[in-house]
Amino acid sequence: MTENTHSTTHNGFRKHSLALALATCFTTAFAASVTQAATWDVTITNLTNGNHFTPLLVTAHSHDINLFELGMSASPALEAMAECGDLAPLLATTDVGGEDDDTIANPASGLLAPGTSTTTMLDTTEDHLSIVSMLLPTNDAFLGLNSQHIPAAAGTYTYFVNAYDAGTEVNYEVLSTSEGCATDDTVGMIPMAPVINPGMNGTGLATMENNTMIHVHRGVLGDQDASGGNSDLNSTIHRWQNPVAKITVTVTP
Amino acid sequence: MRFFQKKRRPYLPSYLTVTVISAGLLMLSGCGSDNDDDDMDTQVSAIYDVKVYNLTNNQPLTPLGVVIHGSAYMPWQLGGAVSTGLEMLAESGSPSDFLSEADAHAATVMSASSSNGPFGPGNSETVSITVDHSASLQLTVATMLANTNDAFTGVRNWNIGELAVGDSTSTMMRVYDAGTEANSETADTMPGPASMGGAAEGFNANRDDILDRLTVHSGVVTNDDGLTTSALNESYRWLSQAAKVVVTRTQ
Repeated sequence: MTENTHSTTHNGFRKHSLALALATCFTTAFAASVTQAATWDVTITNLTNGNHFTPLLVTAHSHDINLFELGMSASPALEAMAECGDLAPLLATTDVGGEDDDTIANPASGLLAPGTSTTTMLDTTEDHLSIVSMLLPTNDAFLGLNSQHIPAAAGTYTYFVNAYDAGTEVNYEVLSTSEGCATDDTVGMIPMAPVINPGMNGTGLATMENNTMIHVHRGVLGDQDASGGNSDLNSTIHRWQNPVAKITVTVTP
Repeated sequence: MRFFQKKRRPYLPSYLTVTVISAGLLMLSGCGSDNDDDDMDTQVSAIYDVKVYNLTNNQPLTPLGVVIHGSAYMPWQLGGAVSTGLEMLAESGSPSDFLSEADAHAATVMSASSSNGPFGPGNSETVSITVDHSASLQLTVATMLANTNDAFTGVRNWNIGELAVGDSTSTMMRVYDAGTEANSETADTMPGPASMGGAAEGFNANRDDILDRLTVHSGVVTNDDGLTTSALNESYRWLSQAAKVVVTRTQ
């Protein structure tokens, strides 16, 4: 065994010659079966200690769709989700195509608190799943299950998900003092929202975004000064380690 | 069991057995194959493009050390002391001694490094390697996080031999602490650009970390988080994984 075997969140399958040959045959011989409808019961658990998830987007789709790609620029629609928790632009894309039987927005009816879960059901003929949501309080951190292949066979499949940095907003770590959220600024504020132990009067942490592509989030820093310091975040509450979310998919063909 | 007796001669009985069974099933199922890739009479060249994306916020990754090999070659083990070549890679960023050690191993088929120098956050680097194909080929990749004392990211003994032509697969690479240099984070001890104004030392044969063992890296502390002698600010931090590697078999 290698220690890397369990480190992957995507494409974690270890292929064997035999399995590959069989899979190739099945795909050829039973291509029709791939498009059979299935029900997916999808449960998302917030594994963080002090971060809320904004309304989740849970969408089934074909293999050629990616809501985001590591190492690439975030789309404006993804940026709106990652900076403001706004799903409307993503729902409006042709890749997602609005809410329907296999695209569910906001299954938790609002924020998903730390340590809690939400479950939703998709009826789908697709075989890939994406789930995204912003972490609050952050500038542009989001959790992302990215075009994960879901087996057709009945069973329960578990995936652990990282937090990524959209690369679109400096990690300034200052909470907005007014309603609303804009994406047309590089140094933006963290949206006003329920925050566990919020600070105030932070003077700002990072001053530039070194990696403007989507990357693994370095985590928030925070500090222990609730009424000043650089950051409005609390270093003993708002930090996380990966994974930040657990996702289980129960497939019923 | 030694799968690879000599370089570039990766014939092995277990692999051929699997191939024969697969071929039988292919015929029974009526699925023809126009690619006699695994024909036991002819050796097929395979080309693997190994592409690494730098997913850190502010850590240049040093030139990639890439090795294609059989399973008998194991470049590092968690909890064990690292080789001098890997110490060199993790402290200075130079992959040359690491690759020389690999080349000296009987199970190594081919090694290579990337040629464009360090590559920064948001960028990627690709190494293309041509080898005689075998279903048992494994891939190892290693690269240093330049603004650290001895952190490197990589993947080892990753099975790539069963990738079909045109297919690709990927995995995330976590960050390890080579355990060979104290994590002082001073400008005198880290070779990367964050050490501007300091000695920025690379390799030092003295092993002065608290443990001479390979561990999962706990991350950098930085002066923003109270290590006042650190040359790093919070932008140099990372969590768990620093890079993604995609391997594509193009031939």
